[in-house]
Amino acid sequence: MSAAEGSGSGTVAYIQHHLTNLHVGEGFWQLNIDTLFFSALLGALIIFAARSLGKRLEAGTPGGFQNFVESVLEFVDEQVNDSFPSRDNKLIAPLALTILVWVWLMNFMDLIPVDLLPAIAHSIGIEYLKVVPTTDLNTTLALALTVFALTVYYNIRIKGLGGYLKMFLFHPFGKFMIPVNIVMTAIEELAKPISLALRLFGNMFAGELVFLLIALLGGATAIGAGLLIFFPLQVVLDLAWLMFHILIITLQAFIFMVLTIVYLGMAHTEDH
Amino acid sequence: MNITVTLIAQIIAFVIMVWLVNKFLWGPVSSILEARRKKIAEGLSASERGKHELKLAEERATEILKESKEKAAEIVAQAQSRHNEILDEAKENARAEADRIIDAGRAEVEQELNRAKEDLRAQVARLSVTGAERVLKREVDAKAHESALDDLAAQI
Repeated sequence: MSAAEGSGSGTVAYIQHHLTNLHVGEGFWQLNIDTLFFSALLGALIIFAARSLGKRLEAGTPGGFQNFVESVLEFVDEQVNDSFPSRDNKLIAPLALTILVWVWLMNFMDLIPVDLLPAIAHSIGIEYLKVVPTTDLNTTLALALTVFALTVYYNIRIKGLGGYLKMFLFHPFGKFMIPVNIVMTAIEELAKPISLALRLFGNMFAGELVFLLIALLGGATAIGAGLLIFFPLQVVLDLAWLMFHILIITLQAFIFMVLTIVYLGMAHTEDH
Repeated sequence: MNITVTLIAQIIAFVIMVWLVNKFLWGPVSSILEARRKKIAEGLSASERGKHELKLAEERATEILKESKEKAAEIVAQAQSRHNEILDEAKENARAEADRIIDAGRAEVEQELNRAKEDLRAQVARLSVTGAERVLKREVDAKAHESALDDLAAQI
């Protein structure tokens, strides 16, 4: 792992280079090609695996992969059941499953050596590449805003527009503090998608950054005898952070899914 | 790090993903799970029904066994009485046969006796005639004295 490849020298340049998306357009119209490409690729992977599994589904004697998929499905189903005992909403479970699997796979890109894919991309002429879609705030916010839109939609559908607005007026302090209630509830509602997006983004971004710093150990101080110390250190730290991070990516995907279910469950309950 | 049009693209991608996952992953697999659940439930209820039927069949078998035992006992009793009847009949027959044989024997004996008596009587008559001839030193006309001889023979 050589640091600062293709972007001059220095740790700051190295890190900045790694944190720049491959993009087209400027300002608001900046489209992050790498984020879109990898999230679509992983999505396609899920659908491809699902299609190939779907052709040989067996009710009687499920094979290894089907067993695994079934246990994941039942795990998600259980989580959904905890918040939706009635199960009259057919969208929640597939939504939760999509979030769990897709987010986990996107997070998993973090475990691929930080310089591997960018180096390959560099060799075929692509200057910048950020491989983890969930380290792009656009991705996490996109998921969170979709969930938020769904909560608003179901709030209005279940409680009615009046019921939903009433929630803003009389919650949490009762009818004598309506202005405060509006502010409080608005903050509460807005905090949901923002915290959802920022939690995942923050964890993944920080994890990626730590990987970059570990990669810098062996790289930036590369020349000379220092390598004898720093290279083994880098290997040990990388392994440790890898093992820790595999927990984080799973946990973050799980948290995102559970909170989605919980928020939508709250939207479905009549008495807020 | 900026919020850009990527956000909108990702929202669209997410919506498509949810739709695809629902169509290709959640739908088929959960329907399989549902089918399996139903199959297991059916199997359980079938086994329950089977158990119930087994119990009924056992009851019926016990009943039939009891009935057939009763019938067999009845038949045995009937056979016993028939046996006694036959035995009695045979005894009766044998006794009658014996009586008949005895009667026949007795009749034969009587007949024999009568014949012997008759012979004896004829002999006596002949002897008497012979004796009388000897006494009279002349032939007695049997025809002339037939009635007298018969009288004599009857008296013996």
